[in-house]
Amino acid sequence: MAMIQVDNLVKHFPVRGGILNRVVANVHALNGVSFEIERGETVGIVGESGCGKSTLGKTLVRLIEATSGTIRYQSEEITHMSHSELMPLRREMQFIFQDPYSALNPRMTAGGMLREVIRFHKVVPADQVESYIDSLLGKVGMSADAKKKFPHEFSGGQRQRLNIARALAVKPEFIVADEPVSALDVSIQAQILNLLMDLKEEFSLTLLFISHDLKVIEHFCDRMLVMYLGHVVEELPCDDILEKARHPYTQALLKSNPVSDPDERRELVLLEGDVPSPRNPPSGCPFVTRCPIAETRCSAEMPTLKQKDEGYRVSCWAVE
Amino acid sequence: MDQPQPILKVTQLSTCFRTDQGEVTAVDNVSFELFSGESLGIVGESGCGKTVTSKSIMRLLPEHITRFKPESRIEFDNANLLALGERAMREVRGNRIAMIFQEPMTALNPVFKIGWQIEEALKYHTKLSRNQRRERAIEMLRLVEIPNPDQRVNEYPHQLSGGMRQRVVIAIALCCEPDILIADEPTTALDVTIQAQILRLMDELKKKLGTAIMLITHDLGVIAQVCDRVVVMYAGQIVETASVHDIFHRPQHPYTKALLESIPKSGKQEHGKRLPTIEGIVPSLFDLPVGCRFHDRCQLAEDRCRDEMPQLTTPHDNRDVRCHFPLNETS
Repeated sequence: MAMIQVDNLVKHFPVRGGILNRVVANVHALNGVSFEIERGETVGIVGESGCGKSTLGKTLVRLIEATSGTIRYQSEEITHMSHSELMPLRREMQFIFQDPYSALNPRMTAGGMLREVIRFHKVVPADQVESYIDSLLGKVGMSADAKKKFPHEFSGGQRQRLNIARALAVKPEFIVADEPVSALDVSIQAQILNLLMDLKEEFSLTLLFISHDLKVIEHFCDRMLVMYLGHVVEELPCDDILEKARHPYTQALLKSNPVSDPDERRELVLLEGDVPSPRNPPSGCPFVTRCPIAETRCSAEMPTLKQKDEGYRVSCWAVE
Repeated sequence: MDQPQPILKVTQLSTCFRTDQGEVTAVDNVSFELFSGESLGIVGESGCGKTVTSKSIMRLLPEHITRFKPESRIEFDNANLLALGERAMREVRGNRIAMIFQEPMTALNPVFKIGWQIEEALKYHTKLSRNQRRERAIEMLRLVEIPNPDQRVNEYPHQLSGGMRQRVVIAIALCCEPDILIADEPTTALDVTIQAQILRLMDELKKKLGTAIMLITHDLGVIAQVCDRVVVMYAGQIVETASVHDIFHRPQHPYTKALLESIPKSGKQEHGKRLPTIEGIVPSLFDLPVGCRFHDRCQLAEDRCRDEMPQLTTPHDNRDVRCHFPLNETS
C-alpha cells in the first residue's frame, strides 16, 4: 500500500476584483494531479516558478485546502479531516521551507523552538527533553551550545540544519522539503543534501523533495514528477533521465541547464517565450504555446498522463 | 603581434568598510584585467567580495563608509576611476561602463514606463532629440528581442514577465553602447529556460557590439557556458585566475576543485551518491584565519598554510593561483 495517494487533486485560487469584490478569475494552480509515494521513497517535483509545485507540497500536508480531489495518507483519507483529527497526523508529516531564516522565529532561541514542538507533541518524557534536543542537534551536525543562540547568530546552512532538526524532532514518517537548498551556496548545498540523505537512511523517512533544479532532483531522488502549469507532464525514475525523458518540456529543461564543462558548450535555448499565465491557461496541452513539436491536435485536445512502463508516465501526443 | 591592451585594469584593489565592529576589508588586494570583446567570469560564494569588486569599479558603494586603500587603482581609458570626481564618474557610469543587477524588478522604477527609463539614460549621455531617443528605445527593445517593441515601450515594469524585465534592464545598460558591461548575477532570479534565453542574448550582443562582459555569478554552470576567463574569489581575495578550460579541467587551487566537485552531476554513475563537500563555512571577514584563508577547510593543508599567507603566483601563462601547494602542476 502506498504511503501517499493523491487522486485528481485540483486547487484553484480565486482572484477577486471589481467594486463588489466578486471572483473574477481563478488561478489554476493544480489541475488534476495524481500520483503515489511508496514508503521509504524519495520523490522529486521539478518545474519552473508558478508551475504549482509548492502548492502541491502544501496541499499534501493540508497547509492549503484542496478545491477537489483526494489525498490519502496510509490509506486514510485526510482531505476533509477536521483540525483535531489531523493533529496526530501533523506529527507524522513535516514540512521544511525554502527560506531557512523566515521559517524560524527571530525572537526564540534554537533550543526554545525545539523544546516547543517536543513538549507540544509530547515526543519524550519531560525529564528527557534536554538530552533529546542535544542528540537532535548532534544528528544535524550542530553542537549543543547552539541551543542558546538566536536565528540571526547562525549562518544560512546552520539555519537550514536547525529547520531540519525541528522537522525531525517529532519523529515524522513523511517530510515535504520545499526547495530546502535553493537559498544556499553550492558548498553548503552539498552539505545539506548529504545530511538529508543520511537522515533519510537513519530514520527511514519518506520524502517529497521540491526543487526547480533538475540536477539536484536527479541526484537526490528515486523518482521525479515534472510539472508544468499545474499538470504533471511526465513521471520518470531518476537513475537515467537523459535516456528516459521523452516529454519535450523535460528535455528542454534538461538541455537548458548549463553543463559544468566549457568544452561541452551547446546551444542552450530550446524554448522561446514565457510560461503562460495560470489564470488563463491555453486550451489543449498546457505546453502547446512553447512546444517545438506542437501540432494542431495539441491545441485542440489535452493529452492524458498515460502509464508507459513501470514507474514511467507521460502526457504528450507525440509520445504515443 | 602586439600584446593586446586591457580595456580595464584593476590593480591591488582593496575596499574597506567602516562598521560598528571596526573596519573590514571586503575586497583584499584584487588585481585582474579585462580585454575588449572578452567575457570574464567572477565566481565565488556569498560574501566573497565579488559584488563589492564590481560596485567598486562602478563607484556605487556608499562613500561615507567606504575606503579604498591608497595603492588601489582601477584604470580605464587612461584614468584611475577611483580618483575621478563624481561629475567625471557620471560620464563613465552608464555610458562607458554599464551594469545590470540581479533582481530586475528592483532595478527598474515601477512608476515609469520602460520607454522613459531607457530614454533617461540617453538623455544624460547623448545629444539625441526626443524623437530620436524614442526611436532608439524601440530599437533597443527590438535588439533584446522583446516582441511588439512599439507597444511595449509604453508599458510599466509590472506588465512584463521576469525574463522580459531583465531584457529591459539589458536594453537600458546597452543603449549608450558601453565598452564594458558588468552583469551581477543577471540570471539568478530567473527560471532555467529563461536563463538560457538571457545568456544567449548576452552572448549575441557581445558578438554584435563587441562589448566586454564581466559576469559575476555563483553558478559555475553559467560560467562554463559563457565565459572565456575566470576569476575565483574566496573571503575577499582572488584564489585563482585562469582560462575557463583550465579552471574546469585543471583547477590548481583546492578551493576551485572542491567547488567544482560539490555540484550535483548528471548521469547514471553519480545518482544517489554522497556529494563531496567542503566542510565548515566561509570565515567571517571580522575573524579571518592566519595564513591561507582556506586552510581550515582545505583537505591538503599543511603547517605552512596555517602560518603563512600564500601570495598570488603565476606558475604559467595567464594563470594565477594563491596556494603554497597548487594542484595539477605541469611543467
